Amino acid sequence: MRRFSAFAIAREAARYHTGWERHWRSPEPKKKYDVIIVGAGGHGLATAWHLGKHYGITNVAIIEKGWLGGGNTGRNTTIIRSNYLQDPSAAIYEKSRSLYETMSQDLNYNVMFSPRGVIMLAQTHHEVRGYKRTAHANALQGVTTEWIEPARVKELCPIMNIDGPRYPVLGGLWQARGGTARHDAVAWGYARACSDMGMDIIQKCEVTNVRTEAGRVVGVDTTKGAIDCDKLGMVVAGHASHLAEMAGFRLPMESVALQALVSEPIKPCMDIVVMANTVHGYLSQSDKGEMVIGGGTDGFNNYTQRGSFHHVEETVRALNETFPILSRLKMLRQWGGIVDVTGDRSPILSKTPVEGVFVNCGWGTGGFKAIPGSGFAMAELMAKGASPLTDEFSMYRFREGKFIDESVAAGVAH
Amino acid sequence: MLTLSCPYCGVQCDETELAAGGEAHLKRYGPESSPEEFESYLFVRENPKGVHLERWRHAHGCGKWFHAARCTMTLEVFGTYPAQTLAPPQELVEKILAKRPGWTWREFGQSDMEGAQA
Ligand SMILES: Cc1cc2nc3c(=O)[nH]c(=O)nc-3n(C[C@H](O)[C@H](O)[C@H](O)COP(=O)(O)OP(=O)(O)OC[C@H]3O[C@@H](n4cnc5c(N)ncnc54)[C@H](O)[C@@H]3O)c2cc1C
Ligand SMILES: [Zn+2]
Repeated sequence: MRRFSAFAIAREAARYHTGWERHWRSPEPKKKYDVIIVGAGGHGLATAWHLGKHYGITNVAIIEKGWLGGGNTGRNTTIIRSNYLQDPSAAIYEKSRSLYETMSQDLNYNVMFSPRGVIMLAQTHHEVRGYKRTAHANALQGVTTEWIEPARVKELCPIMNIDGPRYPVLGGLWQARGGTARHDAVAWGYARACSDMGMDIIQKCEVTNVRTEAGRVVGVDTTKGAIDCDKLGMVVAGHASHLAEMAGFRLPMESVALQALVSEPIKPCMDIVVMANTVHGYLSQSDKGEMVIGGGTDGFNNYTQRGSFHHVEETVRALNETFPILSRLKMLRQWGGIVDVTGDRSPILSKTPVEGVFVNCGWGTGGFKAIPGSGFAMAELMAKGASPLTDEFSMYRFREGKFIDESVAAGVAH
Repeated sequence: MLTLSCPYCGVQCDETELAAGGEAHLKRYGPESSPEEFESYLFVRENPKGVHLERWRHAHGCGKWFHAARCTMTLEVFGTYPAQTLAPPQELVEKILAKRPGWTWREFGQSDMEGAQA
């Protein structure tokens, strides 16, 4: 793999850009791999990359039914933050946020990480109490966040109307090192680095069955034939219940559509990320100038990758009150992704009832920010059989009553 | 927009006047049950790609709970039925099976459904 650098840009400019290489190979599957990862989203690719980087496991296939990064990884609003309430969440999300800081260097790929700061608005008294509590918890966890008053909110985001009357801004939880990154680049950067380590990324190949012998995984059936493996990682977000069913177990999870939309591009007017959980609206401005808006989830489970229209209306109507500037904008595109929501709104990184099968899912509406940390932890879990970062995220916690309850703190949060 | 017809008042409701209540026909375990049983009642869900039996409430209408059979891939609705039952009506099951051969639902198989209706 030829490295990207300022020199490379100059070299290619001088020869009419004829020397750029393909970022990854597209091989046919081999008969057998040490590890198969199902799902070439950010989490699957990051898991594979960390397996190679830290454990020298490179006889790995990443199998993807569509195109890599075409699931939720390419559909989210790219918010990165780590201001969660519970200790196990803070540990894995802060690890992840810190890995984003160096991801472009680590992967030699510009993922455009932009730590522009994230405010979570408090628009009810309940939220004021909740976010103050989170700020205290974050202080104890070593995660740098701060409760800020309305005047400071207005200073950070002048286009905001903080007076209400419906949704007054009462303050906010501010994480200065939160921000955004380019979602496609995260998937592409990992894919290029995985391919470079000799891993096979097999796209347009759907896993249709998980084969087991005496309670142990031996391989998978796919639309490109049977492939054997010693270990299997299921990293398929909203499709996790479906994969689990193939392996003969059930998950404490439901899949719902979550939507986002973008406006026509306008001049720079907002250089931070704002989340308004009361109205289920999230806003940032992309480098192209589009206002990027995240909405709410459907109330019922489905796999339509589309979402109910009335959520768009509700989100935009409520955001208009806080951001009057939006009211004159045309919306250009809307899309949905199928997110995997667990009972306590926290992810599952776990061994399963089938030996050799590991599952990583349940990131729901907020797992883009977790991609590098999750990959780091999942690789350790798959290589060693345990990881301090995943211990608490076992799928059996629901049976044991050891919830990691983030629904109070975050509701539906990106 | 998803529309369902309320089996009580007969209104063709759109989703904004309904409240979704999640998977139907869960077995509600009580005191003395095992952790696995509580887990299956409270958290584990069928979450199928395909026909899903589910609860809805006609919240901005007659206020009553009812059941629906809906495909999670296409949003096709196979029918709705009252909530006072342990399983869907046989004719609804047949309608589903005609279009989705081999469809099954949670632990109760085909014969249990017939039994519950009898
Ligand atoms: C609209 C929207 C906004 C969001 N906003 C944010 C945000 O601002 N911040 C944030 O942190 N998170 C956000 N999220 C959540 C985030 O996108 C996800 O948690 C994260 O991308 C999940 O990554 P993943 O790799 O687990 O899943 P995915 O990227 O969905 O990858 C799973 C892959 O598995 C493949 N697959 C499924 N079944 C099979 C099979 N049988 N065989 C082979 N392959 C299969 C799929 O095709 C898919 O490519 C948002 C999500 C949505 C939908
Ligand atoms: Zn009614």
